[in-house]
Amino acid sequence: MMAGVAVVNWGDHSNARRFNNTAFWGVYAITFLAGSHLPDLANGFLVIAMVLVASIRGLGQGKKESATREEREERARRWGNKLFVPALAIPLVTVVGTVLFKKITIAGTPVVDLKQVTVISLAIATVVALALGMIMLRPPLLAPIKEARRLLDAVGWAAVLPQMLAALGALFAIAGVGNVVSGLAQRWIPLDNPFAVVTTYAIGMAVFTMIMGNAFAAFPVMTAGIGLPLIVHKFGGDPTVMAAIGMLSGFCGTLMTPMAANFNIVPTALLELPDEYAVIKVQIPTALMLLGANILLMNFLVFRH
Amino acid sequence: MLSLIGIVIVVIGFVLRINPLLVVMIAGIATGIASGLGPLEVVAAFGKAFMTSRYVAIVWLVLPVIGLLEHAGLKERARAVVAGLHAATTSRILLAYFAIRQITAALGLISLGGQAQMVRPLIAPMAEGAAENQYGELPQSVRYKIRAYAAATDNIALFFGEDIFIAIGSILLIKGFLDQNGIHVEPTQLAIWAVPTAISALIIHCTRLLLLDRKLRTEVATKIEKA
Repeated sequence: MMAGVAVVNWGDHSNARRFNNTAFWGVYAITFLAGSHLPDLANGFLVIAMVLVASIRGLGQGKKESATREEREERARRWGNKLFVPALAIPLVTVVGTVLFKKITIAGTPVVDLKQVTVISLAIATVVALALGMIMLRPPLLAPIKEARRLLDAVGWAAVLPQMLAALGALFAIAGVGNVVSGLAQRWIPLDNPFAVVTTYAIGMAVFTMIMGNAFAAFPVMTAGIGLPLIVHKFGGDPTVMAAIGMLSGFCGTLMTPMAANFNIVPTALLELPDEYAVIKVQIPTALMLLGANILLMNFLVFRH
Repeated sequence: MLSLIGIVIVVIGFVLRINPLLVVMIAGIATGIASGLGPLEVVAAFGKAFMTSRYVAIVWLVLPVIGLLEHAGLKERARAVVAGLHAATTSRILLAYFAIRQITAALGLISLGGQAQMVRPLIAPMAEGAAENQYGELPQSVRYKIRAYAAATDNIALFFGEDIFIAIGSILLIKGFLDQNGIHVEPTQLAIWAVPTAISALIIHCTRLLLLDRKLRTEVATKIEKA
């Protein structure tokens, strides 16, 4: 699909930056098609090439809409609610897939790797939905690729950001960034007051999640550094409550950070918002109030006996 | 301490709004070198990590079919359906979506939604359509605000719903981590203690959504006055 987008970009003369777009999506396509067979070093250079193409001259966009609003309204009237069928088929088939794949086993082993169930179900669902759409609408054969390229160009470089951040997280892990941060946190907190410790733990989860972009990366570090030694062992707090609410405090951090790009940055691109922080700005008030609620809840519940 | 340089670079880069891809790459290379890797090793480590997280790109697979349906008028149809419901307001549509998304996520159905599959083609146009019904043609800034709220609603409902389901990644991670440290907890217990926060999230975000209609009304009014 990425290769198709690259080729369509090549042929579009309405976009002044068409060669940049072709190079960017073309290299991205290579990482999918050949990435598993290339050595790590080659993949690393491919990634660098993409970043340089995207950042030095930037990507452009071709003509925006493929049809005028009137045309689309006319078509919307013609197709009516049938249009929702393929669209809703995506979530429904995905859900059915995730439920079924977990049940189907051959000789005791699941047919699909359990960790991949959602991903594979989503892939199947998109194929089903695309087939439904093609049968129903009977568009030209290349139409889906052309439409994909319209949307993908609107998203632009943000499409690759989640993967880049995951790679950064991996390097942080290699460099032991987590331990350094929790060491710093331990040096600063007053250790003799349970309320202060609980507050530090919850805020620490949120802040550390904002830095790493992912609560899963923050949880082991903060819990080993502050949660277990202080809340559980020193003050006798309930580890179940601490862990459950601690993780959710981390999720409050996820709502506030551009590092969680697939939740916070990609939607602004998908919804064509000019401010890439627009979604984060809406989420911050909820996240802060909820973090406050979490701190209070943990204080009441963790020492409840 | 030197290994924190990556964090510093990321923060500066995001604040100055330099292209995030470039910022992240430089931060990654700097972190790698600061921790004693050679330049080629850093590039290799980066390439490897980039490849192993390829699965996050799976969401782009839905774009061909969504694009195809949009070309056939999907968003316009979503708006038209809302136009037929006189009780529909932006607040109420997003409230309904929040409730459905949080409950289904709590039952483990986390893929019943999502930014590319649901928010862009259906939820955002519906929320915009409801506002159009009430106030007529909308200023562009109000459209952007409604879309941002639609995206945020999906995220918040998902995050604070999914942890009530016992087989979700975060619960398994907590259990695994505590097991390693000699503390044995039940996933069901972890899920139960996620409920108070889930209810708080529901109350907080739904209150904000309830206030959204009023906010949109004043914003539309002031924009029209200015014009």
